[in-house]
Amino acid sequence: MPVLAAKPAGAIVEAILIPALALVTALLLFGVFCAFRGVAPFELYALMFQGGFGSWFSWQNTLIRAAPLLLTALCTALPAQLGMVVIGGEGAFVLGGLAAASAAIALHGAAPLAVQLAMAAAGLLAGGLWIAMVGALRQYRGVNETISSLLLVYIAIALLNHLVEGPLRDPGSLNKPSTPPIGDAYMLANIPGTEVHWGFAFGVVVCVLAYVLIHHTVFGFSARVVGGNARAAKVVGLPIGRLVLGITFLAGAAPGLAGMVEVAAVDGQANGTLVAGYGYTGILVSFLARHHPLGIIPVAILMGGISASGGLLQRRLGLPDAATLVLQGTVFMCLLGSEVLHGRLSLPRLQRA
Amino acid sequence: MLDPTPPTFGIEAISVTKRFGGFTALDQVSLRVRPGSFHALLGENGAGKSTLVKCIMGYYRADAGEIILGDQQQVIDSPRTAHELGLGMVYQHFTLVPSMTVAENFVLGKTRLPAVLNWREELARLEAFFAAMPFRVPLDVPASGLAAGEKQKAEITKQLYLGRRFLILDEPTSVLTPNEADEMLGLLKRMTRDGRLTVLMITHKLREVMAFADEVSVLRRGRHVGGGRVGEIGPRECAELMLGNAEIRRLTDRGGVPGAPMLEIAGLSADDDRGHPACRGIDVTVRAGEIVGIAGVSGNGQRELVEALDGQRPPSGGTIRVHGKLYHARRDEMHDARFYCLPEEPLRNACVASMSVAENLVMRDFDRPPFAFGGWWLRPSSFRAAAARLVERYRVKTSSLDAPIGTLSGGNVQRCVLARELGGEVAVLVVANPCFGLDMAAVAEIHAQLMEARNRGAAILLVSEDLDELLELSDRIFVMFNGRLVHEAAAATTDRVAIGRHMAGH
Repeated sequence: MPVLAAKPAGAIVEAILIPALALVTALLLFGVFCAFRGVAPFELYALMFQGGFGSWFSWQNTLIRAAPLLLTALCTALPAQLGMVVIGGEGAFVLGGLAAASAAIALHGAAPLAVQLAMAAAGLLAGGLWIAMVGALRQYRGVNETISSLLLVYIAIALLNHLVEGPLRDPGSLNKPSTPPIGDAYMLANIPGTEVHWGFAFGVVVCVLAYVLIHHTVFGFSARVVGGNARAAKVVGLPIGRLVLGITFLAGAAPGLAGMVEVAAVDGQANGTLVAGYGYTGILVSFLARHHPLGIIPVAILMGGISASGGLLQRRLGLPDAATLVLQGTVFMCLLGSEVLHGRLSLPRLQRA
Repeated sequence: MLDPTPPTFGIEAISVTKRFGGFTALDQVSLRVRPGSFHALLGENGAGKSTLVKCIMGYYRADAGEIILGDQQQVIDSPRTAHELGLGMVYQHFTLVPSMTVAENFVLGKTRLPAVLNWREELARLEAFFAAMPFRVPLDVPASGLAAGEKQKAEITKQLYLGRRFLILDEPTSVLTPNEADEMLGLLKRMTRDGRLTVLMITHKLREVMAFADEVSVLRRGRHVGGGRVGEIGPRECAELMLGNAEIRRLTDRGGVPGAPMLEIAGLSADDDRGHPACRGIDVTVRAGEIVGIAGVSGNGQRELVEALDGQRPPSGGTIRVHGKLYHARRDEMHDARFYCLPEEPLRNACVASMSVAENLVMRDFDRPPFAFGGWWLRPSSFRAAAARLVERYRVKTSSLDAPIGTLSGGNVQRCVLARELGGEVAVLVVANPCFGLDMAAVAEIHAQLMEARNRGAAILLVSEDLDELLELSDRIFVMFNGRLVHEAAAATTDRVAIGRHMAGH
């Protein structure tokens, strides 16, 4: 890949090796955890592989679960280029889904493509503005973006609940407050020949576009300069405020689109199910991929596979479905711990004699 | 006399070697500091002086060799051990806690403090100590309220109070005015003469060595290359020992006559990071083909002034005009007005350490052809050709154009920044401490580049803490004190004494 060729070889090896090491450590720890519940580790790993990647059915399950992660991970990966740590993808996702559902209701009766485009636009805009707020707070008020983005998640969920249980509520949804269903005509189709909806393709395309933006545009280069050294960026006159707002808007637009996909392809309506934790898993995906937009694609698929295997583990080994959440958490802890290793690994063939 | 005091002692380093990975910082260095002497350790930046001293103080363990204190070999494995043996160090930058009083700072330095402090006792002890000292430092003032000279005195007396009888001083006069420097060094000299103290002073200032030291040792590239008693060895021999065969570029002659005013700073004010005014009402006009220098001890608002000019800090008042037009430090204005900067600490202020040399070199122009199309599509492959040309012209030593600029030596980082900023036509240049921490060859090169830029018509504002540099390069000199400009003189007719007085605020 062109961008990696610019870095010295050692850095690339380290960039892949260290997260891989973290992953392996986490899997081992997970194996120990499961062993305490009377599960043989080897059987565990075999079933995880089978559940995620063992058959075409598993693969489709994996890809469907990976689809939202591709987009929510960008909410952390894009601001990371600026040196910001944003963890508010969940909020943008939720509001994106709500906005999309509202757009569908508002335009009910129009042509399917028009409605879908409107839904996408609504999702992008809602998510984008939400996270752009985080950027504005940081730039103009000095508010720490990690804290503000996290707290905005709670506000977003509260907004969702308020609107879904109140003004936007479908009178027909009695047990579970929800917006009116958008209708089958407007649902996203599956990729031909598969059971995987188009949202997966959107995710891949957006990741590639994000890569192009960061590494092949003036905007992306400027953002990386700011992320590398904001003081130097000021000395060469780069417009930091504009870059922060632009990047955070895009960072919010991606999970906003994912929210739209969740409504248009999976749920068909906006309700509490939108708060599924895809935003949080996206943070993990971004860190594992070291915030590289192209790296997010394989990592999201991996996380999708782990999540997909949950059902199999539950049925065959008696492990609770939440066991995969334990694994996710362990992966994150190992990843954070592995950060210490950067620059400290003396890889054998890179040492001078 | 100080009673009861441990007597002072000498130190001998025998064949000390220290390596960092593949780099040998010290190569079998042997040094003898006689008890009661004022010994200067000379060498240019990178020669190994700090490393040797850190080995003596226990920050580093030498890979080979011995250190003998008095007449006993000692293994100094940590600074705490060094302190207990009576070794003290005074650093270039102050280690006093600004918000605590001087008395509190003194007590803070003790190696063993009881859980509950008896202040009456401590203060009584301090009074008794100062009764025997030839000078005093105010004890109940917060350290931040002391002038630089007083702070330095406080650092030295603190070491004496803590019972240290061998003092190592690391470039102690770099933050003092010439008069304060002379006063402090005179004091130390008297104390060594009285036999109360032995001093090992790291410096690169020959003048101070010749005036105050008894003996001098010279290091070059990690080796002890010579030395002797100050009467027997002269400044020229010391300079030759320090430089070896290194080629030092001669300063280009001053040429041309200053032209029209290019940079007009009127009433410029800026606040520091805490919101207090750092510089106020700065009025300077720099004409084309002229170097205007601003002298001053560090901490008088120069940093904030430079940051207000180079775009890192929004001014709180006043205007900046370049060629008559108002200037707001926007990127397009920088390009159109040909306004460039060499900020201090280039790696921290002018470069992205993790990005490559090529990427750093194009940081001013990457949004223009040939590096970008339509102002938005970037062609990273185009960086290399332009970068290669600059690297060759400015003789930057780097393993590759793709190496992160943070891996280059200080001198080469500064060469890169110079290449980027001076590589084209320059109308206005703001320079701050360009030669800090660089070896003499790099310093001479940078001075020559600045003079050549001046001769080509650039208007240069040079803010520096190095008075020699200012006197050598400037056409006119201002002095900055307490955030204001307090003195102006033509460099050719002024003298150090007058400037030194203004630097101290008199």
